[in-house]
Amino acid sequence: MVPASYYLILSAILFTVGAVGVLIRRNALVVFMSVEMMLNAANLTLLTYSRFLGDVQGQVFVLLVIAVAAAEVAVGLAIVVALFRHEATTDVDEANLLHG
Amino acid sequence: MEISLPTFDFLVVAPEIVVLITALLVMVVDMVIGREQKGRLAWVALVGVLAAGALSYYLWDGSDPALHDMLAADGYALFLNLAILVAAALAILFSLEYTGRVGLAQGEYYTLLLLSTAGMMLMAAAINLMTIFLALEILSISLYVLVGLNRAERRSAEAALKYFVLGAFASGFLLYGMALIYGQAGTTSLAGIRAAVQAGGEPSALLLVGLGLMIAGFGFKVALVPFQMWTPDVYQGAPTSVTAFMSVGAKVAGFAALGRVALYAFGDLQGDWRWVLAVLSALTMTVGNLAALRQANLKRMLAYSSIAHAGYALAGLAAGNAQGTSGLLFYLFAYAFMNAGAFAIIIAAGRFEGATGGGETLDDFAGLAARKPGLAVAMALFMLSLAGVPPLAGFLAKLYVFGAAVRGGLIWLAVFGVVNSVISAYYYLRVVVSMYMREGRPAAVPAPVCAGLQVGVALAAVAIVLLGLWPGPIVDLARVAALALLGG
Repeated sequence: MVPASYYLILSAILFTVGAVGVLIRRNALVVFMSVEMMLNAANLTLLTYSRFLGDVQGQVFVLLVIAVAAAEVAVGLAIVVALFRHEATTDVDEANLLHG
Repeated sequence: MEISLPTFDFLVVAPEIVVLITALLVMVVDMVIGREQKGRLAWVALVGVLAAGALSYYLWDGSDPALHDMLAADGYALFLNLAILVAAALAILFSLEYTGRVGLAQGEYYTLLLLSTAGMMLMAAAINLMTIFLALEILSISLYVLVGLNRAERRSAEAALKYFVLGAFASGFLLYGMALIYGQAGTTSLAGIRAAVQAGGEPSALLLVGLGLMIAGFGFKVALVPFQMWTPDVYQGAPTSVTAFMSVGAKVAGFAALGRVALYAFGDLQGDWRWVLAVLSALTMTVGNLAALRQANLKRMLAYSSIAHAGYALAGLAAGNAQGTSGLLFYLFAYAFMNAGAFAIIIAAGRFEGATGGGETLDDFAGLAARKPGLAVAMALFMLSLAGVPPLAGFLAKLYVFGAAVRGGLIWLAVFGVVNSVISAYYYLRVVVSMYMREGRPAAVPAPVCAGLQVGVALAAVAIVLLGLWPGPIVDLARVAALALLGG
C-alpha cells in the first residue's frame, strides 16, 4: 500500500503550486484555477486522513467543499464578466482604479 | 432495515432559520410586487432581523443546547448574534434611500444581506470545522456579490474581484489548515479536537501548522496585518451601505470563529498561539493607524481605522483569559454601533449638492455643523468613540481589552494600544475639526435626509453614549458569554 506521507507530500506540493499561482499569475481565470487547486489539495489531504484514520468525517467534508467550490467559482466568473463589461480585460492588474 | 432519523432540535438554530426564511421571503415578494413598491422589501427584511434578535435573546437561558456537535446556541453564539443583527438592522435602515439612489437591485440586495447575516450567525454558532467552513463561505459568497452589486460603477466590480480573489485565497489556507488539524486530531468536532489536544501532550508540528494556517485564513476575513491589503480597496469600492454592514458583520463573525478555535479547541496550547496573536495585534493596530493618517477619502480612512480596530480587539483574544474574551465581545458590540454609524453619515453626505467626492472626502464634511447640526453631532460622537474618548463606548471597550492584556502579562501590548489610540485621535479629530471649524462651500446645499437613516443614526449615537455611561447589562451578558465558551 502507498504510504500516507506520499499523498500528504503530493497535496502539499499541489497547495504550494496553487498558492504561488494566485500570487504570480495575472489572468483572472488562471487565478481562479489556482484557487481551485488549493482547495483540491486540501481535499486530497482530507481524503488521505479519512482513509488512513478509517473515519468518514473527512469524506463528508470533501463533498461539502466540492459543493462550495462550485458556488464560489460561479460567483467569481460572474464578477469577471461584470468587470469585463467595463473594461475588456481579464488581467487582474488592470483592475487598478482603487489605490493609495 | 430500519433507519433511525437523528433528532433535530430546531430551536437551537431558530434565529438563523428565521433570517434564512426572511431572505427567501424577500426573494419571493420581490417577484410579485410592482417596481414602485420595491422599497417595502426593506421592511420585510427588518422585521425578520428584529424577530431573530428577539429569538436570540429569548433562547438565552444558560442551557446551551447543541445540535449534533455541529452548531451550538450557547451564550457566546447568542451574544454575537445580537452584535451581528445590530449591524444588519442598521445596514437595512441606512439602505432605505441609498439603494434607490445608487440603483441597486433591491430584491437581490436584501436577500443577499440576509443570507450573509445568516452565514455570520452560523459562524458564531459553529462548533465543528465543517460548519465553520460552510458558514464562512455562506457569508463570504453573499458579500462578494453585494460588493459588486453596483453594476454601473466600475469601482464596485473591481472591489468585488479583489475581495473575491483574496477571499478565496484565504479560504484555501483555512481549509488546508482544517485538513491538517483533522488529520492530527482525528475529528472535525471542536470538542474532539480539544480532547485530543489535552490528551496529546506535546503537540505535533503539523497540528501547529494547521492552527497557523487557520489563523491566517481568519486573519484575512477580519483584516489583520499582514493579510489586510484588500480592505481599503474593497471598503472604498463597495456600495457604502454594504461597507457599513461588512466592516462590522464580517469582523464579528471572523473573531467569533477565531475565538472558538483558539480559546476552546486549542485552549491548552495558549503558550503556542498567544504570542502570535499578540504580535499580529500590535502590527495590525500600528499599520492601520499610520496608513489612516494620510487618507483624504473618508471611506478609505475608515477602512484603515477598521484594520486598527481589529488589532485592538485581537488584544483581548491574545490576553487569553476570561476578561479578555468578555472584553473582545463588548468591543465587537460597541464597534457595531460606532463604525456602522460613521458610514451612515457618509451615505447622508453623498446627497448634498455640491458634494464633489460623493460625500466621501474630508472637503465634503467642511462646515457640516452649520448645515446639518444633528448629523454633525452624531458624526462627532462616532469619531470620538472610535478614538476612544471617555465616556463613550469606544473608551470602555479599549479599557477592557487593554486591561485584560495587562492581566494576561502582555503589558507591552497594552502600551502599544494606548500609544496607537493617541495617534488615531489625530485623524478622527480632523473630521470633527473639518465639520465644526471650516467653512463649507457656498454651493453646498443641505438635502433632506431619509427618515430611516436618521432613526438608525440616532439609535447608534444613543447606544454608544448609553454603553459608555451605563455598560453594566451588556458587560454582564458578555461575561456570561465568555464563560459559556471557556467553561468557567
